[in-house]
Amino acid sequence: MNSVTRPGAEAVASKGWLAANKWLLLRRMTQFGVLLLFLSGPWLGVWIIKGNIASSLTLDVLPLSDPFVLMQSLFAGHWPETSVLIGAAIILVFYFLVGGRVYCGWICPVNVITDAAAWLRLRLGIKTGARIPRQSRYWILGMTFVIAALTGGLVWELVNPVTMLYRGLIFGMGMVWWLVLALFLFDLLVSPRGWCSHLCPMGAFYSLLALYTPVRVSAVSREQCNDCMDCYAICPEPQVIPPALKGADKGVGPRITGINCTNCARCIDVCSKDVFKFTIRYDKRTDSYKKLDQSEVMP
Amino acid sequence: MTEPSNKARISRRYFLTRLASSACGVALLGTGLLIYSRQASSLPAMALRPPGALPEADFLGACVRCGLCVRDCPYDTLKLARLGEDVATGTPYFTARHIPCEMCEDIPCVVACPTGALEKSLTDIDDSRMGLAVLVDQETCLNFLGLRCDVCFRVCPLINKAITLEPRHNPRTGKHTLFIPVVHSDACTGCGKCEKACVLPEAAIKVFPQRMAKGQAAEHYRLGWEEKQKAGGSLVSPDKEHQYTLPEGYRYDYEGQGLIKEEINKGTPFADNPLDTLSRPQQERGQ
Ligand code: SF4
Ligand code: SF4
Ligand code: SF4
Ligand code: SF4
Repeated sequence: MNSVTRPGAEAVASKGWLAANKWLLLRRMTQFGVLLLFLSGPWLGVWIIKGNIASSLTLDVLPLSDPFVLMQSLFAGHWPETSVLIGAAIILVFYFLVGGRVYCGWICPVNVITDAAAWLRLRLGIKTGARIPRQSRYWILGMTFVIAALTGGLVWELVNPVTMLYRGLIFGMGMVWWLVLALFLFDLLVSPRGWCSHLCPMGAFYSLLALYTPVRVSAVSREQCNDCMDCYAICPEPQVIPPALKGADKGVGPRITGINCTNCARCIDVCSKDVFKFTIRYDKRTDSYKKLDQSEVMP
Repeated sequence: MTEPSNKARISRRYFLTRLASSACGVALLGTGLLIYSRQASSLPAMALRPPGALPEADFLGACVRCGLCVRDCPYDTLKLARLGEDVATGTPYFTARHIPCEMCEDIPCVVACPTGALEKSLTDIDDSRMGLAVLVDQETCLNFLGLRCDVCFRVCPLINKAITLEPRHNPRTGKHTLFIPVVHSDACTGCGKCEKACVLPEAAIKVFPQRMAKGQAAEHYRLGWEEKQKAGGSLVSPDKEHQYTLPEGYRYDYEGQGLIKEEINKGTPFADNPLDTLSRPQQERGQ
């Protein structure tokens, strides 16, 4: 990979700043918008969503619950009330439809921190860092369930930065700012994209929902690619791009099928040739093959 | 099958080492987490769980730390533990001396809980057992000193059931009564209103989690007097009159009072002036 320090500079020049940052802006607006819906209660006394991302109640009727946290509770041996089961089912269906790790790109607050670290890494040209196997997250995912079964408690929730940060922002941070700083520095100096793309079991959990997800980014105009490498540089999971972008010779379709793609759509933003587009998986017009990339599926 | 090429062998070895290293790393992480969880899950004595909470070990596996109970508590009693506090992070608790539970009749916290960490079967708040009040300091409690504070008794939502005032002789003055606040575990919900209201700078009555406040009698213990009542008469039949060898001037009433000293002196046991009692002849005082 060559040394791209400002991916998207070309796109800004050719498409304009707004078009070259459209999806990023939409994503940040979603992330902060959802957070504001949670915060309007404690801040303004207007209760739209109560609770936090672990489990919540919207407008006093709609329960939503995190299936990963609920799974830990099930492994811990607790059979819950229906309310939380319904809430988790809704979330499962939702992320199955829009893409499992859309959670990571569009909701999770940690993503803002790790994206910032990745951005600064590129800017400062930091090249060093520990290489952690990308599969580690699936091991950790398994470990969180095993440890819940062993102890009968939600042990991962004692350290889970995702739920801890969200809860902290709504119910009081305590020492969570230190955790935020630690995560930022870890991604910046210790391991590039270390947390979200290698370790986080929550991302790993949601990735499993993306196996048959309909909404996918596709390199529809891949013949236009001029090998500038900007998309690789910006993508948090660059291993998902080559099969789609460079698979024409091998008869591989242009759709990104890797389950760890977060549908963040930064590749669409930074490409000056407009190679990428959102597509629906079952839309035959934009697809020429049906094979799943198994290497992405298997941990 | 043909011999695997050198390249394939190396890549397989590489693959296996990577696999082993992830597995070991994660096992290490898990062990660390296990140790940390032991420490991070111990509940301090002053932290009480909301009404209807499952036993602590089960609660930690059931509560998803959403804070819906906290939001629906109209008195801001409940708090979600923040990172760095010594309650398992994200779990709801309250501190009686800070804001006690007001024992809402409709128990909104239990209604709000989506997981059943707060049991839905709790419908009468009087049945909740958040903890148990204990009069921990008999040296500073004003009622123990003979004053009529009574504040904990008065504020108790289950007045005269959970806390009663038991009259005792005041040996200091010799003629007054102490009204001792006594907590009854069959009625006390552990709401903490007594601890909150105690007039002392540091409460003499405190609410602790049940496991700390309550002893447990051995399974096989039977209380003779209760068994007798249940049976409707003596269990040793026929109810025999015991013959004790008693010193002169004593008799034994085995149905009621027990050992009784026959009246020798005619006056009251304690004269109005304690000095009179002391200056009575020794054998008259029965020593
Ligand atoms: S990988 Fe984990 S921390 Fe990163 S965005 Fe996804 S859920 Fe959040
Ligand atoms: S019973 Fe009422 S005051 Fe007590 S914790 Fe529940 S909501 Fe709060
Ligand atoms: S509502 Fe239930 S699950 Fe949520 S924090 Fe309270 S006890 Fe835990
Ligand atoms: S309020 Fe305190 S000082 Fe007063 S009787 Fe109760 S425990 Fe004693």
